[in-house]
Amino acid sequence: MSKTHVTTTINGDAVEFLAEPGATLLDALRDEVGLTGSKEGCGSGDCGACSVILDGRLVCSCLVLAPEVEGRRVETIEGLAKDGHLHAVQQKFLEHAALQCGFCTPGLLMASKALLDANPDPTETEARYWLAGNLCRCTGYDKIIKAVLDAAAELRQERVA
Amino acid sequence: MSQLNYIAPTTADEAVKALAAAGARPLAGGTDLLVQLRAGRAKPSVIVDLKRIDAARGIRSEGGGFVIGAATSGAELSEHAALVKAWPGVVEGANLIGSTQVQGRATMAGNLCNGSPAADSVPGLIAARAVCVVVGPNGRREAPVEQIPTGPGQTSLAQGEFVLEMRLPPRPARSSDAYLRLIPRTEMDIAVAGAAVNLVLDAAGVVTEAHVAIGAVAPTALLVAEAGAALVGTKLDDAALAKLDAAVRAACRPISDKRGTAAYRTKIAGVLARRAAQIAYDRAGKA
Ligand SMILES: Cc1cc2nc3c(=O)[nH]c(=O)nc-3n(C[C@H](O)[C@H](O)[C@H](O)COP(=O)(O)OP(=O)(O)OC[C@H]3O[C@@H](n4cnc5c(N)ncnc54)[C@H](O)[C@@H]3O)c2cc1C
Ligand code: FES
Ligand code: FES
Repeated sequence: MSKTHVTTTINGDAVEFLAEPGATLLDALRDEVGLTGSKEGCGSGDCGACSVILDGRLVCSCLVLAPEVEGRRVETIEGLAKDGHLHAVQQKFLEHAALQCGFCTPGLLMASKALLDANPDPTETEARYWLAGNLCRCTGYDKIIKAVLDAAAELRQERVA
Repeated sequence: MSQLNYIAPTTADEAVKALAAAGARPLAGGTDLLVQLRAGRAKPSVIVDLKRIDAARGIRSEGGGFVIGAATSGAELSEHAALVKAWPGVVEGANLIGSTQVQGRATMAGNLCNGSPAADSVPGLIAARAVCVVVGPNGRREAPVEQIPTGPGQTSLAQGEFVLEMRLPPRPARSSDAYLRLIPRTEMDIAVAGAAVNLVLDAAGVVTEAHVAIGAVAPTALLVAEAGAALVGTKLDDAALAKLDAAVRAACRPISDKRGTAAYRTKIAGVLARRAAQIAYDRAGKA
């Protein structure tokens, strides 16, 4: 069976790649496009390490077939920092030491960005539920939640300023 | 997975043609199908993605009710204010499925056609008396939601058929619904038992119509007619709730597994039905 030719937009750039039959978006990002920031923790939608934003929606890239993104817009962790400036969630993860091994971090950052895009002022409970699909074996989550809420506050300030 | 074709038709007719091939499978959100592919439990030859078919997308009002395209995600349901207002129980069932990421993809039609007895959106749809519009090689037919699953992982859909849309009936004044499930955790788990209740009240607060459906306590989700009948003509007094509870327990045919014994599941289904009835009643009083 031949590979499928896919044309899509990743982090604002037009990208073409060939997908193996049955390959997921995560496989294609990592193996064909060379974007290895999205991680595979489980391959079954449980851990969120592969989280990307597809046409504005947070999804697990391990549960998307690569050819499904034909003509769509994909945002990955590689596009989160802009012009050498970290996104507020990235900066706050560093400041709050919200990571240890870092394997969950790309997924958590994309999920946090999607949260703050949808809800600029989440409560702690809202943030915890939104991030329930992102597993972290190291941090115990508290620092992550603090970082996300702090990033939200900073982004609100920037909007006012 | 070396023999796997992917196609994304843009019309229902093209999808029906593609699904006629041996080993063809529809794809909606993929949150069950991709997991099964990876585990080797599904080995389709062709995957027919329904998400580019216009008629399978989005939510529209029609004839006083709602038509929900089969490829509409849980996140889209929760963002539709009019749907949430009319059918809070249907939407809360769908929104209990998985994480934010899963909600961005998972559909009620996929939840139904996957055939899990514990599928969270199914009891709410059954209690709502929702109807599936099924298309296939022999044209178009309608089937009540409860007639689609026939057992764990099994449906009544013939080869080449798929659900194009789901229809929710018009909503009279003072009507509402609710769905509750029990899981051992607060998020991301499979229901031990679930119950949905859909009520219509008159101006005095008396129940004039009631539908009750239960999940995870039999090989498929069940409509329990006796449980609905127990509520009609009442204001949900203790006697009516006790009759509801008893009717639900009598309908349960659960398995015992690590999530709960058959006796526990049966008891819980009755409790959930009582509580869901109370929530639906309170909501209907305000609707
Ligand atoms: C992390 C995680 C957590 C989950 N949590 C829950 C949960 O809490 N509760 C729950 O109920 N489920 C849960 N699920 C299971 C799954 O997300 C749901 O069953 C979901 O609704 C499936 O919908 P889908 O659109 O993704 O289906 P798909 O995976 O696209 O399809 C599922 C099945 O239905 C068939 N199908 C799809 N659409 C149609 C159609 N229109 N007509 C005919 N056949 C069709 C497919 O061929 C396939 O066999 C979870 C899954 C994951 C990965
Ligand atoms: S790798 Fe996708 S959710 Fe775990
Ligand atoms: S930092 Fe190690 S898994 Fe989260």
